[in-house]
Amino acid sequence: MTATDAFSSGQDTRDIPSRPDVMAAPALSIDGVSHAYGARRALIDIGFSVAPASFTALLGLNGAGKSTLFSLITRLFGIQHGRIGIFGHDVARTPGEALRLLGVVFQPRTLDLDLSVTQNLLYHAALHGIGRRDARGRSHEVLARIGLADRAGSKVRDLSGGQMRRLEIARALLHRPRLLLLDEATVGLDVKARADILTHVRELVAEQGISVLWATHLFDEIGASDDLVVLHQGRVLAKGEAPRVIADAGGSDINTAFMRLTGSAEPSAGATS
Amino acid sequence: MTSTTITPTRSGFSAAEYLTCLNGIVWREALRFLHQRERFISALVRPLVWLFIFAAGFRQVLGLSIIPPYETYILYEVYIAPGLMAMIQLFNGMQSSLSMVYDREMGNMRTLLVSPLPRWFLLSCKLLAGTAVSLLQVYAFLLIAWFWDIAPPPAGYLTVLPALVLSGLMLGALGMLISSGIKQLENFAGVMNFVIFPMFFASSALYPLWRILESSPMLYYVCLFNPFTHAVELIRFALYGQVNWIALAVVGGCTIVFMVGAILAYDPSRGLIRRGPAGGET
Repeated sequence: MTATDAFSSGQDTRDIPSRPDVMAAPALSIDGVSHAYGARRALIDIGFSVAPASFTALLGLNGAGKSTLFSLITRLFGIQHGRIGIFGHDVARTPGEALRLLGVVFQPRTLDLDLSVTQNLLYHAALHGIGRRDARGRSHEVLARIGLADRAGSKVRDLSGGQMRRLEIARALLHRPRLLLLDEATVGLDVKARADILTHVRELVAEQGISVLWATHLFDEIGASDDLVVLHQGRVLAKGEAPRVIADAGGSDINTAFMRLTGSAEPSAGATS
Repeated sequence: MTSTTITPTRSGFSAAEYLTCLNGIVWREALRFLHQRERFISALVRPLVWLFIFAAGFRQVLGLSIIPPYETYILYEVYIAPGLMAMIQLFNGMQSSLSMVYDREMGNMRTLLVSPLPRWFLLSCKLLAGTAVSLLQVYAFLLIAWFWDIAPPPAGYLTVLPALVLSGLMLGALGMLISSGIKQLENFAGVMNFVIFPMFFASSALYPLWRILESSPMLYYVCLFNPFTHAVELIRFALYGQVNWIALAVVGGCTIVFMVGAILAYDPSRGLIRRGPAGGET
């Protein structure tokens, strides 16, 4: 079995019988979500969904509320208002079922620098209840896929920034989730590393049917066929397929459309974030 | 944006998955501990300094009467050994707490908290892992102390184990609860000044309570209400194959209270993690 096969055969064979509400649910549904830090409102009545096997870009400047939204989806923060569902599982009511289907790469590094590459993966596998033997097999597969098989025994602190990010993505896929969240996953990386990671994630969507929510503030990371959600100052300003969002905003490209939507002149197309 | 069909996940988790998770967390804590040799050495040096230097100096100053569980007059070193064992666990509990704050600042804590297993279980595993590490330290201390003629009955090395587990859980849970209230690593120095030192010195670790009562009735009551005193007494009695029931009740009760508090504090709808995003995030 190849690494790709391993990913694509990702459904847990011990699944319970089907439930109608889960069978036809979007990968991610955000419905009327608001969140405040004291008096400061970070998210205001957010609503959108991510279709299964799609790449959805969540575009917003720094401070738009992207990380707050990710923290709500992953249940790091409690949901104050609204509802979040992952393939029909309510994150607040059935977090175990919801989080089991979710892989996440946070904006800050979350690897244990003192452990080796493989040890980080085994630890993550254990947190998902995956036995040691199975976890070792999966680790070999994901490391081969991301080109880090020869660094399996290396300390994470000895990896480059791009390698760490790839490892985080591999780790997020280890338990074979159906929805992958990436919060500014390319921040701090060079142009090539950014392109490699973006290509890798798009392959996951195309080849394995994984749904992806990709949070970014970089316009050049958004593809022509992507779904797009524009988040600005805690509000969703536009959502839909990227060409439609651009057309509806009266822009010629994503950059001008974004500026028209937000009334901002701030350039964010740079590749050097 | 469309919907499609996907197989639902099963609900709940099997006992094997819970056990795998527990093993994984304990394994990771053990690895981290082994990687931090300085931590192990300092965990041993601290009580040994007290034993070899402080106790030797005070042996002649502080006389002791015959008090339970001892059946004869004892050397001061023998008296403070259980207190030093508890001190190891106290520092270890606070070290674990420091580690949790560090993990939170560095982002590692998220790896744990986004696990699909119940959060109370994850925190309990973390607590058990910290306690297991403290047991290694305590038994290493006992081994060295044996060469210093501090030798409880051979069976005491076994009978003290449940007491050490319980006191380790209590102190670890306290550390976890404290970590939930600390926003930044820099604030942790306050824990040393306001938690560790008062708990240690206002206890029966270094001097028996009747001695404290003679000098200050108010301090005596402070010591009496200090859960660390009861952890020390629980260990002291267990080391000699006896049970101090009051200490057992207090340590058991405090463990539950601290643990419930920590779980509530780490609950996303209540505790620290809803207060705000990490630095640089929005």
